[in-house]
Amino acid sequence: MSAAITYKAGKQPHPREHRLIFRNIDREGFNPSIECFVANGGYEMLKKAVGMERQAIIDEVKKSGLRGRGGAGFPTGVKWGFIPPTNTKPVYLICNADESEPGTFKDRYILHQDPHQLIEGMVIACFAVKATLAYIYVREEFPEAAIILEKALAEARANNFLGKNILGTGYDLDIFVHRGAGAYICGEETGLIESLEGKRPYPRIKPPYFPAALGLYMCPTIVNNVESLCHVKHILEMGGEEYAKLGTPNNTGTRILCVSGDVQKPGYFEVQVGKVTMGEVINDLCGGLKPGRKLKAIIPGGSSAKVLRADEVFKLRDGRELGIMDIPMDFDTMAACGSMAGSGGVIIMDDSRSMTWVINNLNNFYAHESCGQCTPCREGSLWMKKISDRIVAGEASPSDVAELERVANNIEGKTICAFGEACSWPTQSFVKKFREEMIGDTKPDLEQAVVNPETMLAAAGLR
Amino acid sequence: MALEVPAALEAKIDEVITHYPVSKRSAVLPLLHLMQHEYRYITDDAVNWVAAKLGLQPIQVLEVVTFYPGFRQSAPGKFHIRVCRTLSCAMAGSYELMESLCKAADIDRSHVDHHHPIAVSADGKYSIEFAECLASCGFGPVCMVEDDFHESVKPEAAAELLKQYQ
Repeated sequence: MSAAITYKAGKQPHPREHRLIFRNIDREGFNPSIECFVANGGYEMLKKAVGMERQAIIDEVKKSGLRGRGGAGFPTGVKWGFIPPTNTKPVYLICNADESEPGTFKDRYILHQDPHQLIEGMVIACFAVKATLAYIYVREEFPEAAIILEKALAEARANNFLGKNILGTGYDLDIFVHRGAGAYICGEETGLIESLEGKRPYPRIKPPYFPAALGLYMCPTIVNNVESLCHVKHILEMGGEEYAKLGTPNNTGTRILCVSGDVQKPGYFEVQVGKVTMGEVINDLCGGLKPGRKLKAIIPGGSSAKVLRADEVFKLRDGRELGIMDIPMDFDTMAACGSMAGSGGVIIMDDSRSMTWVINNLNNFYAHESCGQCTPCREGSLWMKKISDRIVAGEASPSDVAELERVANNIEGKTICAFGEACSWPTQSFVKKFREEMIGDTKPDLEQAVVNPETMLAAAGLR
Repeated sequence: MALEVPAALEAKIDEVITHYPVSKRSAVLPLLHLMQHEYRYITDDAVNWVAAKLGLQPIQVLEVVTFYPGFRQSAPGKFHIRVCRTLSCAMAGSYELMESLCKAADIDRSHVDHHHPIAVSADGKYSIEFAECLASCGFGPVCMVEDDFHESVKPEAAAELLKQYQ
């Protein structure tokens, strides 16, 4: 570890980065084979873990303060603790590698370049929660990742890090790759479980709120994101308390920010949570905006996060007032600013972008991806698409903007899963913050045409 | 059972089913992937075959096929192309990429809709569809040709890209 690591030309990490999970990404001479992984200290933490009490591993993860990196930011150790203590059923663990939140692109690099890091983290996690069967749910659009993972799992089995009697401990575990088939809803953990059961991925009714109580095959199941599981081995290596010194209180460790959109150098950056601000992300990590352009808006945590407007002033409860560039990239401050850190996908938009066009692009996404189980979401997401299609085409009346907002308000909080929020928050926030611009894209004279029954009858050929 | 599944494929299928010791039904998705890989799209015969193999009703397989965008119910071209449509790629020019790929491959997308997302070139060589976020948002526009992933594909490079797939 102390040996100097060199990275491929043009892929050197930024000095502001703190690489744990991405330590081996784009690294010169590193390859996904188990030989390379073991030569770099791989599976040492698994050897340590199988000598520990299971509860001690869970306690270390709790102490680390690790919050799930998939989107919700729920404490991973606490999630593990939700398995009923009296449980007698089999326990399963699923790695959610269905990465599909627009703006997020981190898991692919781990799966392609450092698959054993994930597998080691998974085996430790499985050992801790007593899972004997686990799956890696990989999105269908990552066919190469599935092949690499299959190979890595076979290598791990051949080396007794997986399979029967792991490292002579008597502990049995197998992990299989399960490929999705192109549906965003499979990122929702209960939808994912239904999908893994061979059904349509309709999210399950809550409660129970956590599959740790009732999950795959109606047994306790832990579902964790790729990045979260990778952190587990680093937590054991550093110790929970040391790990928690990274980042900021309640927002510990490192996380991978994925930056896309209108910046000079978009890309992925692993930073300590809350130790860089939005302004540093844009100006330092990403080399600033494009020449001559001004910042207009930012989606800070994947497309479902509420948009932030460049000139907003965020008043926090502790009295601080932050401009958009001052926001530290952590879970709590981003929530206090009315949005969310989500999956770490940051989409930057400059003044060349039409906000009507942007929200219409996202509404098309959500209309396509609604699973259709709940009426408000199935119908609402489609209406949001249709109305914003109309505004973009210049065929909408000014009142359509308010109608768009009304439809969004009738989805949020009225659905089985969080997709309802995920699809309504973008529309709600874009309309709230860019209402004038959107109304400017409509045609005032259409108002009369739409509401006048005589005109409608005439249009229908009935007058 | 109208479908004659090659022995090698059936052996692979039998192996995959062992990955799901608790419930064979879980093997629906992997079996459909193998079927689509073999036959290029999911036929009614394939649905019936998978259902019989797993002890399910055909509707339990069909409802899965019709849900997931990853399963096709009509024949694609020899090379199937997916262009990412979602925000970051769209900002980087994926709609323009779609247009220039269609031009280079001689594909007419005018009849495409939600239920028929795929358009095929007149000679059957290429087919194309928009896909939602392919998760490489920093390096758009992004597209996949078959299982190959291509990043930062400038619209003007479309013809060059297709030359790799003959």
